Amino acid sequence: MSNATVSSNTVWIVLQQRDGKLARQSREAIAAGQKLAVAIGGKAEAVLLGSGVGDLANELAGSCDLAALRVADHPALAAYTPGAYVGALAPAIRAAAPAWVVFPHSYQTVDYFARLAQEIDAGLLPEVTGFATEDGALVWTRPVLGGKLAARARVRGEGTVLVSVQSGSFPAEGMAAGSAPVEPLALGAIAPDREILGVEEVGGGQVDLTKAAIIVAVGRGVGGEDKLGPVRELAAALGAEIGASRPVIDSGWLERDRQIGSSGQTVAPKLYLALGISGAIQHVVGMKGSSIVVAINKDPEAPIFTLADYGIVGDLHELLPELIAAVREAKG
Amino acid sequence: MRVAVCIKQVPDTEARLRVARDGRWIDEQDLPFVINESDEYALEEGLRIAEATGGEVTVVSLGPDRVKDALVKALALGAARAVHLADPAFAGGDAPATARALAAALRREPFGLVLTGSQSDDAGWGATGSLLAGHLGLPHAWLVMGIEVEAGGASARITREMESGKNEIFRIPLPAVIEVQAGINHPRYASLKGIMAAKRKPLDRVSAADLGLDPATVGAAGSRVELLGVGFPESGRGVQRIEGDAAAAARTLVEKLRQEARVL
Repeated sequence: MSNATVSSNTVWIVLQQRDGKLARQSREAIAAGQKLAVAIGGKAEAVLLGSGVGDLANELAGSCDLAALRVADHPALAAYTPGAYVGALAPAIRAAAPAWVVFPHSYQTVDYFARLAQEIDAGLLPEVTGFATEDGALVWTRPVLGGKLAARARVRGEGTVLVSVQSGSFPAEGMAAGSAPVEPLALGAIAPDREILGVEEVGGGQVDLTKAAIIVAVGRGVGGEDKLGPVRELAAALGAEIGASRPVIDSGWLERDRQIGSSGQTVAPKLYLALGISGAIQHVVGMKGSSIVVAINKDPEAPIFTLADYGIVGDLHELLPELIAAVREAKG
Repeated sequence: MRVAVCIKQVPDTEARLRVARDGRWIDEQDLPFVINESDEYALEEGLRIAEATGGEVTVVSLGPDRVKDALVKALALGAARAVHLADPAFAGGDAPATARALAAALRREPFGLVLTGSQSDDAGWGATGSLLAGHLGLPHAWLVMGIEVEAGGASARITREMESGKNEIFRIPLPAVIEVQAGINHPRYASLKGIMAAKRKPLDRVSAADLGLDPATVGAAGSRVELLGVGFPESGRGVQRIEGDAAAAARTLVEKLRQEARVL
């Protein structure tokens, strides 16, 4: 049961690093935590776990406006395992009883933070994209139904609440610069519960989409492997690389090294054509830095339209031959 | 090996969605429901492991009457038995409340392995399997792209997806709760024989009382997160919708990409 009475209006931010390098999403989590601290009239503190993270801690302490940077530098935290992270963090959060603990919504966070919440009997709300104060209470927004809709939710009850912030929701540029005193984090029992065997590259990494100026990306809506001919023709006419969202790769229509999104490549071309891609967040995080986005989809409610500059609602198989012809004509 | 697979029935996200009149959730009337995508992969993985180890799959799902269709489909695909947590008290639960109920059902018998999908396509918490593991006192792994059962079922070599196109490989002891990522395998189709056989397979319907659960700890009553409403998100970039027939739309788009956006 919770022995944590939230007396504080402190916000904790749990940072994610690997090999002493801060994950990009951690800066967004700091920006979110700082904003949240302002909204509740409290202070923001960050937590850094790892082994040999002293240089990173110094860099952060000299660049971020935080009430404290609490660092746990321990050999047993060299590799991430949920057992080690839950064991390290649970007593620290229980003792400090922050009102909110903000995490980057990363594959690592999702792997362990629900069990951390369970361990300390805290509230849990994954993948938030924003918050507002309504009638004195915080109301959070988060995507549901594959990002087609946004839900508003609040967390009831007393005690600490853990939230993870979706990539891109709180831009890292919004992070308040300043400094932070470094303090050691009192650690709980660290009990790694996985025997780490290694890391492998997926798909060989032969195709580098990050250098492409134009990308034609296909989603499940393209209809099948046999329908890719016109897509290849359009890509050739544009001088573009072909990319894909995850369902296309899972179905085996294209090689895995062409996947764009959180488990594939992150791209930022000057032109991104999304063909039959619904725009699930796992895909969006890999392409939202594109300069110009064109979305073509038969579903007018597809979330991809919310981040497109140009959109056509229509049938790909009718549109593709016309687009190929129009591009060829334009290119002379 | 006896394998339990927890599945969720979700709205078909390809379907046209409408916000319900009270604004709380979508209008579910006439909406097609399907087995959650990553749960289909979890079921296939469970069937393969059970077949390879001479065991069987028990498929478990929580939800209203319509969920029976998902369970029957799982039986047709090869699961031996189904458990349906059906009780109005279970409705509207967040992931912690749902995990609590599922744990009560799974505790009734020993399983060598529990599988779920990584994330539901509707609420999308990605937390139910991990929380279930916590209740059962088992290790877990989320976003799993490979399971190799080793040492006669004493451990498993797990391949887990990381960001940026890498996988992490590690070993965990079994039993465990493994949360499967879509793409781990190629799910089978139900055969006519399987569909016929499903009709004779046991499908148990259990209530909160059957599981010894206090209704106040499950469903909406047992949830700390309260859903206030849903809506369609606003366009971040102010999309220009290009109208007209295919030929006209294609010409207009290319023209705008050349003259306005200057990217061609």
